[in-house]
Amino acid sequence: MRTSDILTTPLSLQQKDMPPAPAHHAESDAGKQPSTSVGWVRICDVEDVPRLGARVLRRDGAANVAVFRTADDKFFALADRCPHRGGPLSQGIVFGERVACPLHNTCVELDTGCAVAPDKGQVQSFAVKIVDGNVYVDLHGG
Amino acid sequence: MKKMKLVCVGNGMAGIRTIEELLKVAPDLYEITVFGAEPHPNYNRILLSPVLAGEATLEEIVLNTRDWYDRNGITLHAGKTVTTIDRVRRVVVADDGTEAPYDRVLLATGSNPVILPIPGSKLEGVLTYRDIADTEAMIDAAKRYKHAVVIGGGLLGLEAANGLRVRGMEVTIVHLLDTLMERQLDRTAAKLLQASLEARGLKFKLPTETAEVVSGESGRVAAVRFKDGETIPADLVVMAVGVRPNFELARNAGLHCNRGVVVSDTMQTYDPRIYAVGECVSHRGIAYGLVAPLFEMAKVCATHLAAFGIGRYQGSVTSTKLKVTGIDLFSAGDFIGGEGTEHITLSDPVAGVYKKLVLKDDKLVGTVLYGDTVDGSYYFRLLREGRNVAEVRDRLMFGEANLGDTGHLGQNRAAAMADDMEVCGCNGVCKGTIVKAIREQKLYTLDDVRKHTKASSSCGSCTGLVEQILMTVAGADYSATPKQKPLCGCTDRTHSEVRQEIRALKPLTTLAAMKLLGWRTPNGCATCRPALNYYLISTWPHEAKDDPQSRFINERAHANIQKDGTFSVVPRIWGGITNAAELRRIADVAEKYSIPTIKVTGGQRIDLLGVKKEDLPAVWRDLDMPSGHAYAKALRTVKTCVGSEWCRFGVQDSTRMGQELERALWRMYAPHKVKLAVSGCPRNCAESGIKDVGVIGVDSGWEIYVAGNGGIKTEVAQFFVKVKTQEEVLEYSGAFLQLYREEGWYLERTVHFVNRVGLDYVKKRVLEDDAGRKALHERLLFALEGEPDPWAERAKGAAHGEFQSLEPAKETA
Repeated sequence: MRTSDILTTPLSLQQKDMPPAPAHHAESDAGKQPSTSVGWVRICDVEDVPRLGARVLRRDGAANVAVFRTADDKFFALADRCPHRGGPLSQGIVFGERVACPLHNTCVELDTGCAVAPDKGQVQSFAVKIVDGNVYVDLHGG
Repeated sequence: MKKMKLVCVGNGMAGIRTIEELLKVAPDLYEITVFGAEPHPNYNRILLSPVLAGEATLEEIVLNTRDWYDRNGITLHAGKTVTTIDRVRRVVVADDGTEAPYDRVLLATGSNPVILPIPGSKLEGVLTYRDIADTEAMIDAAKRYKHAVVIGGGLLGLEAANGLRVRGMEVTIVHLLDTLMERQLDRTAAKLLQASLEARGLKFKLPTETAEVVSGESGRVAAVRFKDGETIPADLVVMAVGVRPNFELARNAGLHCNRGVVVSDTMQTYDPRIYAVGECVSHRGIAYGLVAPLFEMAKVCATHLAAFGIGRYQGSVTSTKLKVTGIDLFSAGDFIGGEGTEHITLSDPVAGVYKKLVLKDDKLVGTVLYGDTVDGSYYFRLLREGRNVAEVRDRLMFGEANLGDTGHLGQNRAAAMADDMEVCGCNGVCKGTIVKAIREQKLYTLDDVRKHTKASSSCGSCTGLVEQILMTVAGADYSATPKQKPLCGCTDRTHSEVRQEIRALKPLTTLAAMKLLGWRTPNGCATCRPALNYYLISTWPHEAKDDPQSRFINERAHANIQKDGTFSVVPRIWGGITNAAELRRIADVAEKYSIPTIKVTGGQRIDLLGVKKEDLPAVWRDLDMPSGHAYAKALRTVKTCVGSEWCRFGVQDSTRMGQELERALWRMYAPHKVKLAVSGCPRNCAESGIKDVGVIGVDSGWEIYVAGNGGIKTEVAQFFVKVKTQEEVLEYSGAFLQLYREEGWYLERTVHFVNRVGLDYVKKRVLEDDAGRKALHERLLFALEGEPDPWAERAKGAAHGEFQSLEPAKETA
């Protein structure tokens, strides 16, 4: 995996307008060297995720992944299980860089997956990057 | 950026509490230095009395260990008294020459005990009662001497006397007046208190003025002589005759002072770089000597030090509790009463119980409780909120009336509950857990307890119990929730203020509302966004933009989320009347989509449970029935009995009335869910008595009842009006509900709305004002006009993104 691809979450949308170094490599290399060990998976278009909202990626045999978008177009991905009682965080209300679980209102930090004190617990987080309006999540990461 | 320098003068409860609050909101803004005259870290001064009585140790009352100061990078100068604030050079100077430069100063110098200007007041063995050193000296004296005299029969004097008595001394209490604790108790309660203290072996001499403290041969105190000539032996004299705000430092620095350091509502002194909190300040002419106001001041001051520029301290109503184990005593507000006040008293001398409630203009203005104080928190809440108690007056003396019925074993006396008994049935929280959290996490407010334990944070039925526990455990530390609660942490505005401003300023999106109303967060939180969204669409129908992302998932997905993340679907069945075709479609849908559970609901509907989110639009399309809104803060159901069409007792056609009401009101969003019922005769089989609007047919027309509730606390609906025709039922019910929609607070049920504004007010608006009623009804009809069926829209593909999950593409980057 190239270091230029390993962008840490959060990654702002603005970067898609920057010199598209990672995207360039991504596109030109994707066909040549399809590597199954790479965890980056294209999930959807940026516009598929509403601002202050989320979409959920269903996975067989593993926890679903919730992809969140903040008001200022930062993207985050967390396992879709609240650390409190396993509620689907993707269905919660997003505010700032947090989400409130729809079941019992536990608040979770989008970047770390940590419950906001005094609640305790942490949920797995995944790296996200935006390339040319596409949302990629590193499903091997977290 | 270089940090600013904050110097806190005073290492007591007010100063450190302010710093704790400041660290919460702006942890990196300041480099903090704290000066304390005592050589100890910050401790809970209020708990010195239990230490004196041997019920707690000094270690137990330490609030912040030295480790805490280190961890937060705070420089602590313990044992150094600040002597000068040099406002020109901007440094504070301590008695040992230590200097600390500042950008901001926080003055929290507390108060000094008053020493009587009588001969002998400086003798060895004469103490005041203020700090750890005093307490240790008293404990030491109790080991070596026999006779103690406590001058002052107030709160502190009695606690000192009790502690010394427990430690084996012969104690005489001398008081200038003929009743004890005159600032907290009326005569009757004071006499009861005196009797029970006498039963513990304390002696009283009142009313008596002290003339002189007499020295013995060793130079230590030997006796006390009174103005009446009597002299009694004393090896220890404790002066507890009051405190004076300690503002000498501030005055010498040239700050404006009167009874204390004068501060504004932002806790700022006349020097904008210098703030002051706690007992040393004079705020609107009042210097507080109790702890709850300090905490409120600390919160406000911290936000201003953090440069948020928000929040005002507007004074406090205080309450008192005597910390003498075995004596229950509580007082608050104007407990003596005066012109225009009325008293309700309960006196049971044998049981040692005395309660007095003072009312003025149908509001509780003061209370004294002796012997049974469990309702202290309840009365204090009524008092602070200034609630009209006319309607509960006959029951007021018997305590908490709005404590829920369910979920806590029917208990309404926290003190009588064992530690392993459940207080909060929603979140499974036992009394012991709450007590432990209050002690260990130093919780002082209901909100703190909710956050840490989850108790009382769901349905709220146990709030009264939790407040009782808080008051018992935290005692005088108990900091009452503010009278006017802000909507949430993002704003200082109350629900009412937000509603008013939305009406006046006409923002049309949630983000615009937050901007116009000065929200301190960029896009609110999970509490305020749904409220704002509701206020916008209910105030400006057809103009404000509904924001799905500000709606709770149920209203966004138009179905009820279940614990496993699936949803439930409740189609609308008008008035509970269905037919074979509908039932067949429901059965087909259940089979086609493998819906695991089908249940008949309490509101005469059919609930399909366990539907996958992705299936919802197709389920709705196949059902081809309108949304039942069973998921929304909206009109849920109109329940009916069979009525005159079939029933041999029925006198009115209740099913038809119910269906008409439901067709008129469906799609009506409201502050909370709304349930109606129509019964065809007074046997009331549709249970109209526990509905938001309950209609009961009588031979000559319809009776309308409002503000009932069958939930947490069963509330019987109140008779509202009797009308003749179906049209009138629609108009009066609609107008009542529109008033609730326009003036209710988000998540406030009709019963709470009506309790808050008073049924008389509602009657004035809906019954007495014909034009007003018609206008209300018109506005409701206008709001509902053209409002679509959300299911039909989504079955046709609207908002499809909400319902589709994503598939990972097998494409890598």
